[in-house]
Amino acid sequence: MTKTPRFWRENKNRYNLIGVKCGSCNAVYFPSRIICPDCGRKSMGKMDKFKFSGRGTVYSNTVVHEAHEQYEMQKPYAIALIELEEGARVLGQIVDCEPYEVQIGMKVKSTFRKLGQDGKSGTIYYGYKFVRERE
Amino acid sequence: MKKVAIIGVGITPFGELWDDSFREIGIKAGFEALHDANISSDDIDAIYVGNMSAGRFIDQEHIGALIADYAGLAHNNIPSTRVEAGGASGALAVRQAYFSIASGMNEIVVVGGAEKMTDIGDVEVNDIQSSAADQEWETVFGATYPSLFALMARRHMHEYGTTREQLSSVAAKNHRHGSLNPKAQFRREIKPEAISRSPVVSDPLRMLDCAPISDGAAAVIMCDMGIAKKYSEHPVEVIASAQASDTLALNQRKSITEMLATKIAGKKAMEMAGIGPADIDLAEVHDNFTISEIMAVEDLGFFPKGEGAKATLDGKTTIGGDIPINTSGGLKARGDPIGATGVAQIVEIVEQLRGKADKRQIKDAKIGLAHSVGGTGSSAIVHILGVGQ
Ligand SMILES: [Zn+2]
Repeated sequence: MTKTPRFWRENKNRYNLIGVKCGSCNAVYFPSRIICPDCGRKSMGKMDKFKFSGRGTVYSNTVVHEAHEQYEMQKPYAIALIELEEGARVLGQIVDCEPYEVQIGMKVKSTFRKLGQDGKSGTIYYGYKFVRERE
Repeated sequence: MKKVAIIGVGITPFGELWDDSFREIGIKAGFEALHDANISSDDIDAIYVGNMSAGRFIDQEHIGALIADYAGLAHNNIPSTRVEAGGASGALAVRQAYFSIASGMNEIVVVGGAEKMTDIGDVEVNDIQSSAADQEWETVFGATYPSLFALMARRHMHEYGTTREQLSSVAAKNHRHGSLNPKAQFRREIKPEAISRSPVVSDPLRMLDCAPISDGAAAVIMCDMGIAKKYSEHPVEVIASAQASDTLALNQRKSITEMLATKIAGKKAMEMAGIGPADIDLAEVHDNFTISEIMAVEDLGFFPKGEGAKATLDGKTTIGGDIPINTSGGLKARGDPIGATGVAQIVEIVEQLRGKADKRQIKDAKIGLAHSVGGTGSSAIVHILGVGQ
């Protein structure tokens, strides 16, 4: 599923949660887009890089029991849609807690982790996951 | 714009068809439809084939030419076009045929839909299904196709109080309908409690919330209404065709408890037909997961937002209910050979409007709706068919 070059191209953004901010309406997007869907042509050339803090809350969640081959070893694991504090939503795994502990509204923050590996001795690739933010 | 009719339908049994190849099932459905329409292959102006991923399921691309060839039409040199929109591929093929006839370019068109999913292992099938979602920003983080619908289900439960029991009532109802359909993959009823206890795939969705992996093909013959009477005493008219898109990835949508593409395509189709949800006698909707049917019956306007699950549990969508949904058994029980699904929905509606649906027959059915979804709601296509307009 994960063909390496296609994955590498987005590494910088996956490592650092870098998206864009529309210079015309200030909306933020993750991942990056070339055009703001709300502003259209007006936003051309005004979509500036924007680094998200990585803090957010769980918007919805699930626990994956039947995984794709490269995630077999990790199951069951928690996946969530996270609403970042700046506005955009991202999908990511939630780790370092029981998968069934995750709930809508839970505060989380991003962390840099190994995501997976192509085959047994293949390329390891990295990106963001999320952990529970304890008060 | 010309009016468009359906004059023939054909469908193979759905399921694990070990003995049949992709080409065989495609041709079987096609010939059944030609026979039903009482036309010969010399009458055909064009072919459209709905297919999602033959390249990965059977290592074969160029499906348009393949089907034309094996249908014995290569010597007629008829144009044949393969159409793809994830799970809505079949419905999109129907829509392309509709355009080509409405425009006056073609008079008689064959639409086929086919997928052969059981030649490879389940693990690979899951991988292919997820390729209709966003590979760069969803599956790479460990999201599976069912997990994306699980996220929708969890949020729907959170916002509207949708329950496990209500989800199970969708699958139980579709299995009951499927038990009445001789072409269905599952022709036995399942108790709601067994659905609620089946193994978890992606919480809260369980195995029996998910449509199965299937082989199968379906076909319809469409033509200019002006000549339809030559072939069929009671042609069914396509009174509306509409389509809408949404973002590829779920995280880009404002709401995940509705499919905006469904809402828009449904509204456009009803405007085109000049009717409202209450005028529709039955509908085939895209129940690839139980939560999908709940969202579909809400988004198409059959029930207010948040009340689709309760309505299903209360029996309003069963045969004999206010608005029968998925009389064929739906994707859940009839089966879901991806590219065939959108065409199979049309086959069911046509049989109902002809009064030929046997034990599944909805009395005096005059108007039926078919709703098909690609990905997690990134494409939605709605057709409305009618008789005696
Ligand atoms: Zn903007």
